[in-house]
Amino acid sequence: MNFGDQQITSSNTQRYSVGIDLGTTHCVLSYAPITNGADEEFVQQVMAIPQLFSPGLVENSFQLPSFIYQAHPSELAEGSTSLPWTLKPQYLLGEIARSLGSKTPIRLVSSAKSWLCHAGVDCKAPILPAEAPEEVERISPFQATTAYLAHLKEAWLSLHPDAPLENQDLVITVPASFDPAARDLTVEAARSVGLGQAILLEEPQAALYSWIEKSQGDWRKQAQCGDVILVVDVGGGTTDLSLIAVTEDQGSLTLTRIAVGDHILLGGDNMDLALAYTVKVKLDQEGKPIEPWQLQALTHSCRDAKEKLFTNTELESVPLVIANRGSSLMAGNIRTELTRTELANVLVEGFFPWVSSADRPISRPRTGLRTAGLPYAQDAAITRHLAGFLSKQSQAAQEMSGINPPQNASFIHPTAVLFNGGVLKAHPLAERLMAVLNSWLSTEQAPSARLLSGADLDLAVARGAAYYGHVRQGKGIRIKGGTAAAYYVGIESAMPAVPGFAPEVVALCVAPFGMEEGTREELPSDEFGLVVGEPVRFRFFASTTRREDKVGSRLEYWSNDELDELTELDITLPEEGRSAGMVVPVHLCSAITEVGTLELHAISQKDHSQWKIEFDVRAGE
Amino acid sequence: MNYTIDLSLKPTTFDLWHVCLAGTVVVLALVLITVLLSVLFAMMRCKKNHSSQSTPANLVAAEPIVKVIEKIVEVEKLVPAPIPEPVILKEATPDAALQLLGLLQKNARFIDFIQEDIASYSDADVGVAARVVHEGCKKAVHEHFTLAPIRTELEGNKVTLPAGFDAASVRLTGNIVGSAPFTGTLVHKGWQVTDVRLAKLTQTHNANIVAPAEVEL
Repeated sequence: MNFGDQQITSSNTQRYSVGIDLGTTHCVLSYAPITNGADEEFVQQVMAIPQLFSPGLVENSFQLPSFIYQAHPSELAEGSTSLPWTLKPQYLLGEIARSLGSKTPIRLVSSAKSWLCHAGVDCKAPILPAEAPEEVERISPFQATTAYLAHLKEAWLSLHPDAPLENQDLVITVPASFDPAARDLTVEAARSVGLGQAILLEEPQAALYSWIEKSQGDWRKQAQCGDVILVVDVGGGTTDLSLIAVTEDQGSLTLTRIAVGDHILLGGDNMDLALAYTVKVKLDQEGKPIEPWQLQALTHSCRDAKEKLFTNTELESVPLVIANRGSSLMAGNIRTELTRTELANVLVEGFFPWVSSADRPISRPRTGLRTAGLPYAQDAAITRHLAGFLSKQSQAAQEMSGINPPQNASFIHPTAVLFNGGVLKAHPLAERLMAVLNSWLSTEQAPSARLLSGADLDLAVARGAAYYGHVRQGKGIRIKGGTAAAYYVGIESAMPAVPGFAPEVVALCVAPFGMEEGTREELPSDEFGLVVGEPVRFRFFASTTRREDKVGSRLEYWSNDELDELTELDITLPEEGRSAGMVVPVHLCSAITEVGTLELHAISQKDHSQWKIEFDVRAGE
Repeated sequence: MNYTIDLSLKPTTFDLWHVCLAGTVVVLALVLITVLLSVLFAMMRCKKNHSSQSTPANLVAAEPIVKVIEKIVEVEKLVPAPIPEPVILKEATPDAALQLLGLLQKNARFIDFIQEDIASYSDADVGVAARVVHEGCKKAVHEHFTLAPIRTELEGNKVTLPAGFDAASVRLTGNIVGSAPFTGTLVHKGWQVTDVRLAKLTQTHNANIVAPAEVEL
């Protein structure tokens, strides 16, 4: 794959700027017509996505649940799964998958996106549903992502028959914490359904773009030079943190994304489940044990009760009823209630406890006999994850002119906060998060951070993505930032082997922090000898804190929290005109594509031919 | 005997035979005139009938004249009344109704609720079930219909209806006399559906099954 074919293809039929929020639990598509006038108003809408709601029923919804249901051959009647564009879709996805899967979880594929970023597995191997019995057909996380995109593409075509999605400007959002391999897989999935023109955008940035767009130019009053904006995105399944600095350049404000947090698998679904378990314990104590299917119903009613309690502050408790499964609605119902105190204890104290800025997320060593699954966050306290992130990034704004943090600051001081994700619509949670953050700031004599208002927490990411397409036409402010990490390849150092010790590894920087899209860096001096025809593997590392390393920097020592190991790199030199076993001297070259993915190449010194280095998704084997 | 014909000869006396002969001639002439007149009248009426109508009823004109006249009178009465348009009532499609029932059952256990004999249960039990039904019905209705009140005034307030108000969306009750504008008390603000978002059905979908039987394996 070359650089050239990554450019946005522009043609005469291009009419819309489309943004897709490819979420862990929901996908949303937003779009706006592309106008030629520079100052024309940006009017966008969210597409109502046709999808099956139950067998035989097709309804439209703004959200496409990111679930796939692998139905048993005799489970659904013939012809009951047709969609407006196909008689028999390849996968059952959307609302029908979620509702069928809630009763038959062994056949439900969920959280495919989180698997994409899971270094320990092969994302193209059929591994989902992870808990399914042998006979259930499995699919890969990559296939699932492709299926959601294909559905969106067909849905778009059914509503815009004269403007296929292939011909529109397309932006797909990914978590800021997605590693290069996961970004690569997302782009590849888009390309496999013919959406090769798609470019990537980090979700917290999309949220900020949406906020800028909604403020109608008013954002310049809400944000000033010297601001550090903390974007907290708590979605259904993940929590994503980013820092964006506001600086001034030749009289106009500039936005630079200066840091992103780790991939934290913790979100609204955990909260609903926590509430359901709290109620379950209460029922157990009352001598009313509940069965697994009832826990499912309980989780649903807890979610509704939570929303009611959060929106209506006068309610002290909300009754919960778990209805009997049979046709009798009177007998056998379990009635209980969720009180405001329980809600506060579980959600506010459980997920947003008062902690100090010196606290860190608690992680217990994983037990050896862990089933293969997603690395869910072990500490549910979002405030502790936030404290860890802000402390780790205490130096993030150092090189930004106009931002002058106090010398003794133990963590970076955000001056403004932007929320995203449905969870933070609940005022008590949002208020607690702000209160905790402001308590940290006041202990360091820093002014309180203010909350940026006017964000649409549910649809902001998709809306921001569509707006980004508009910004790329040069019609609005663009957030700068480049890569949110520096990347290194691990090289075994040439030292005599010492029995009992693994050979020392030296980390060689191949892409520096903040490398801009569309740029490339070469490592001229370091030469590697690659053996023709034999696969060579490199260890691959990333650091979200080492901002000063240049291309070619060699690290012989680093602390554990500085570098994270990612999926391995894999390169095999084809034999073209060379004899097997021959050693070819090469040097490495890194590039950030316009799409937003990292590419590594090995370039031969002699004839300047180059080979792409793949992210080895099979590293988990 | 010898008879001579002399036309110049004039009778000087009329005997009885001559008087009888003259009387008979006069009577015959009168009978002939009467018959001719009656035929003339009949033909005139017949003509009038022909010109006013040409329905198949007229084809029976060959029959005795009296009958024809009776039929003509009937037809003449019908002519001024307009022929009424056949009333076409809209057929309610069962699919949409069944779909709504299915939705209410799925979200609110609606059919379970009404099919159950609630007389034997306590108010507390019925109340618990009513929560499930209320919550679910609300969700189902709000997801598929957009409801808006017809009148925005507060119930109990005075409302004035101008002439030509939409009688379908506002119903008058009580002392309906006089002419518009009407002033009265708003008893119920009314509801209208401004948007319907019902699911589309696949060809083979059997809408009669509002809740499939469930078998857990």
